[in-house]
Amino acid sequence: MPLTSRVRGGALLGVAPFLAFTTIFLAVPTLVVVVGAFVDTGGRPTLANVAGLRQGYILDALLSTLELSLTTAVIGAVVGALLAYAVVTAAPDGMLRRSVSAVCGVLAQFGGVTLAFAFLATVGSQGFVTLYLFDHTGLAVPGDLLYGLRGLGLVYVYFQIPLMVIVFLPALDGVRVQWREATESLGGSTWQYWRHVAGPLLMPASLGSTLLLFANAFAAYATAAALVSQGSPILPLVVRATFTSEVVLGQANLGKAIALAMVVVVAVVMTGYAWLQRRTSRWVG
Amino acid sequence: MAGLQRARVRRQATFRWVVVAVVGTFFALPLLGMLEFTTRAPGGGRTAAVWRTVADLGGLRTTYPELWAGLKASGALVVLTVLIMLVLLVPTMTWVRLRVPGLRRTIEFICLLPLTIPAIVLVVGLAPVYAWVTYLLGGSSAWLCFAYVVLVLPYCYRALDAGLSAIDVRTLGEAARSLGAGWGTVMVRVILPNVRTAVLSASFLAVALVLGEFTIASLLHRDNLQVGINQLGQRDAQVAVAVSFAALALAFVLLLVLSFAGGRRTRTLTPLATPPTQEPA
Repeated sequence: MPLTSRVRGGALLGVAPFLAFTTIFLAVPTLVVVVGAFVDTGGRPTLANVAGLRQGYILDALLSTLELSLTTAVIGAVVGALLAYAVVTAAPDGMLRRSVSAVCGVLAQFGGVTLAFAFLATVGSQGFVTLYLFDHTGLAVPGDLLYGLRGLGLVYVYFQIPLMVIVFLPALDGVRVQWREATESLGGSTWQYWRHVAGPLLMPASLGSTLLLFANAFAAYATAAALVSQGSPILPLVVRATFTSEVVLGQANLGKAIALAMVVVVAVVMTGYAWLQRRTSRWVG
Repeated sequence: MAGLQRARVRRQATFRWVVVAVVGTFFALPLLGMLEFTTRAPGGGRTAAVWRTVADLGGLRTTYPELWAGLKASGALVVLTVLIMLVLLVPTMTWVRLRVPGLRRTIEFICLLPLTIPAIVLVVGLAPVYAWVTYLLGGSSAWLCFAYVVLVLPYCYRALDAGLSAIDVRTLGEAARSLGAGWGTVMVRVILPNVRTAVLSASFLAVALVLGEFTIASLLHRDNLQVGINQLGQRDAQVAVAVSFAALALAFVLLLVLSFAGGRRTRTLTPLATPPTQEPA
């Protein structure tokens, strides 16, 4: 008995460096946010920070962020699913499929300053699409397009579509040709196949992927930060404002409460995603 | 039946090219926009002057010190992050499979946790931790590597997990041990060579993520490539766009190489022909 416990203790020692590192750089920061949300600047427990979340500008930012995340998740999911389907109907080892998955793998990671620059050079006030449209059709792209929510949505879709392709392709790969053939041999039309066979089977996967896209947009910071320097239309930028001005306004812990609220939203959405992923793997994938 | 299928194949081909063309245009336009912007000449027309400036690294160093500082910091961060990530993950994940399989779910949970913590939230929590890092180790930008290891944890864990699942770690480990190998030998000469593709993918992913990281560096007032590019954007937009395009192209090539190398992965390394317990992702 003492021998086994010594062996077990020794075995646990092998995991110690990993646990020590993740404690310092993952668990402590998480606790700083969670605990900080419920204490005042003097370290005494309080609910004032959480109550502070009801302020108008925070609620507005929350609603805008939810709207932005939902819109870009749905657009990204629909377009991404179409692209994924287009790729799946091509030859499995063909050039199209390989290039599209490779390009999507890169573009899904694409964000922040570079993406902001790319869109400024395209539909910014001096962007080439803006200039071309104006010269050739007289259509004016709004000069402040990229600094508002609609512009952010346009930019976010750029990384949402590739992400959808990456997460949705495996589910589409799980759809068997035989199901289609079975439907056809029973006299079913294409519409009936999608409505009664493929649609319901792919439903958990598409819902789950949409949730993942939602969380992705909800948590995104760098792109918005690089584009929007004035004001804080979305929640991550509100956190930035409280973070950079904490000394002046003593708002550090309100910032932590907002941060905690963000974690809660993302965690709930990701739990839904994980649950739907398990449902998906029952039939496809 | 055959007629139906032929018609479907034709319809799908048309649908395929329409979708790929439309979405491809949307993907291509901003990238073209960057190229177009960096080749604009002051009086109209085209010039390669901006790209000549960017290619001249020595000149870049003196003319754009903020960019050079960012480049240096990101170079150090890439190396440190990949090293710490590998030293932390490969032995731990191997050890857990060999000796404490009961902890596997816990390790997985910890590694995937950063997916639910937005970077902006992590910064808020990391600020006090980095006050200590600065106190103990100094304020160098290179110490951002600790935060970056946390950021890349989920992606690298998945890549390495796929690699380790494709080989029989336990049998390999026990065989090596029974022949007298120490744990170090098992790790470096037995496990590592068998998961080199996974190690490579994990490293490439880490490199791509570190090269693109902006949130943590900018809010903790450290230098990195993206922070440098962002500062430069206010002074010389064309050079800033050119450099960010070059950085993007580099990440692009890295990940392209990775995806094609990953696609060619063979199972010939699987020992004893045991089927993998899990499909490589």
